[in-house]
Amino acid sequence: MTKTDQHLTVAMPKGRIFTEALHLLKEAGFAMPEEMAENSRKLTVEVPEEGFTFLMVKPVDVPTYVEHGVADLGVVGKDILMEENRDVYELLDLNISPCRVCVAGMPGRGPSLNPKVATKYPRIADRYFREQGQQVEVVRLNGSVELAPLIGLSDRIVDIVSTGRTLRENGLVEMEEIAHVTSRLIANRASYRLKRTRIDQMHQQLTVAVHGEGVFK
Amino acid sequence: MAKPREFEKPTGVRDFPPALVAKKKWVEQRVGERFRAWGYREVITPALEYFETVGKASAIEEHKLFKLLDSQGRTLVLRPDQTAPIARVVATMMRKESLPLRLCYHGNVFRAQEREAGRNAERFQSGVELVGDDSPEADAEVVALAVEALTACGVENIRVSIGHIGLLDALLKEYLPDPEVARLKDSLGRRNLVEFRERVQALELTESNRERLLSLLTIRGGREALDRLGRHSHTEAVTAAIFHLQAMWDALQDWDVADAVDLDLTLVGSLEYYTGMYFEGYGAKGSYLLSGGRYDQLLEQFDRPSPARGFALKTDQLLMASSGGEDRPERVALVYPRRWRRQACRTASQMRREGKNVAMFVAETGVYPAEDAFDRVEEVSGHDENRSAPDGGDA
Repeated sequence: MTKTDQHLTVAMPKGRIFTEALHLLKEAGFAMPEEMAENSRKLTVEVPEEGFTFLMVKPVDVPTYVEHGVADLGVVGKDILMEENRDVYELLDLNISPCRVCVAGMPGRGPSLNPKVATKYPRIADRYFREQGQQVEVVRLNGSVELAPLIGLSDRIVDIVSTGRTLRENGLVEMEEIAHVTSRLIANRASYRLKRTRIDQMHQQLTVAVHGEGVFK
Repeated sequence: MAKPREFEKPTGVRDFPPALVAKKKWVEQRVGERFRAWGYREVITPALEYFETVGKASAIEEHKLFKLLDSQGRTLVLRPDQTAPIARVVATMMRKESLPLRLCYHGNVFRAQEREAGRNAERFQSGVELVGDDSPEADAEVVALAVEALTACGVENIRVSIGHIGLLDALLKEYLPDPEVARLKDSLGRRNLVEFRERVQALELTESNRERLLSLLTIRGGREALDRLGRHSHTEAVTAAIFHLQAMWDALQDWDVADAVDLDLTLVGSLEYYTGMYFEGYGAKGSYLLSGGRYDQLLEQFDRPSPARGFALKTDQLLMASSGGEDRPERVALVYPRRWRRQACRTASQMRREGKNVAMFVAETGVYPAEDAFDRVEEVSGHDENRSAPDGGDA
């Protein structure tokens, strides 16, 4: 095999998921260097011993890098996969960074005549409320979503919740769970075929790390 | 909406500069030669079709169609693929010609894009359709031809993955009722292996059956993988499909392409469209270059039921993945003063007969050839004796 057959470029989200994914890779038997701190400013990290290049990108961009083939693999939250709906292989649930996508709002607030929902996930929100048979106006925000119901920009929000602390501190309550979210290993369509041996091998090692021996047949 | 600026084009369409056209022509010529050599005859179908016929019969989902109305208010589509129009041709214009028919095409197809710019709405494809002939050899023929066409374009690292929607369906039906089968196929169609596993885990199954279903995800290899699969099968549908694929694999071995081909039962194409084997071809550093398969229900929609299969090369990707270039003839700029025009014309004709590309420049106009546009600039310096000499009586 040539170098290009073996080398894998992996798009990694900066932040908490990266730390957990790195831990998982070590458990799966990959020799990851110790100094790969999550707060490094480097945009690419080479691990030549294992034949990896990591691209450090914004979580929401991970599926884009993978779909366009500049990364062979990626690690990304299911929330982003649901929102972005990219043409990639979803290979493995890594079971890390668990949280949920929820509808939240002010307690005791009655139904509104012109319901508005603020969210970073307009497609997830739109799809969910349609399935519920509700027509709502979706307001797209890029952060501090919890503020929207407090100041009357929206009635409810759709956001990810892990401990629920941010909601409580802002006087909001969780109303409905839309989806349970964990991080996934995703693959580019062409890479999945052309670097199949290597990706299958990594897939298998990670499966054992996630579920223990005997699950992967 | 802002008025478009002069440089703007509708989203998803492109201009091709001369260098790209040259490469595209080269690719089409190389693959076209292979198609012809295998007995395929080229057809051309219109870019506009009725939505009710070709639009509905196509493998492409309705929301990706470009629709427009004709002057009578009927809905037209810009053809989203070439297979459905060719099925129409086979069933109408060529109805009297006996099957099997081997046809090929080079042309553009149109798919509306919902997402960001940078994806092509107009795409070029070259492909073949082999209509009639139920044999595994006919299925193997198009796969072997696909590999040969990619090779002819200098594509390296060619991998073809083959699935079989009929086999997958039959295998799932050994364990599950139809609605569950449809859900699992849908997960695979969206390339979501995680969801497939979750759905299988959630089903009420014996442990061994659950493992057998999950093992469908990890079947790899070629003929030997098929043989293993065959040992566990119970139903007639499974056995028949495996038998067909085994025979096809043997034929691929005889074509010497089996090494480039992998079995992968998770590979499914458009679920409503393909009926048997389905394949995708990849190559170079990471290009998705072709897809094709068996579509036995399409022709009956045009009232000429018949088995059929084909593939489409994604020319736009092939241009990037192909290592070859066009065999470009030498480009010559011929600069001449007016008084030597007659000789310049003769020189030019002679060079053109030799296969060179010759462009003319009149020295007196002050318009000179741009340096990078030509391989060579030649100046016509006449010879008076030549000019006045009799030219074999045709002067």
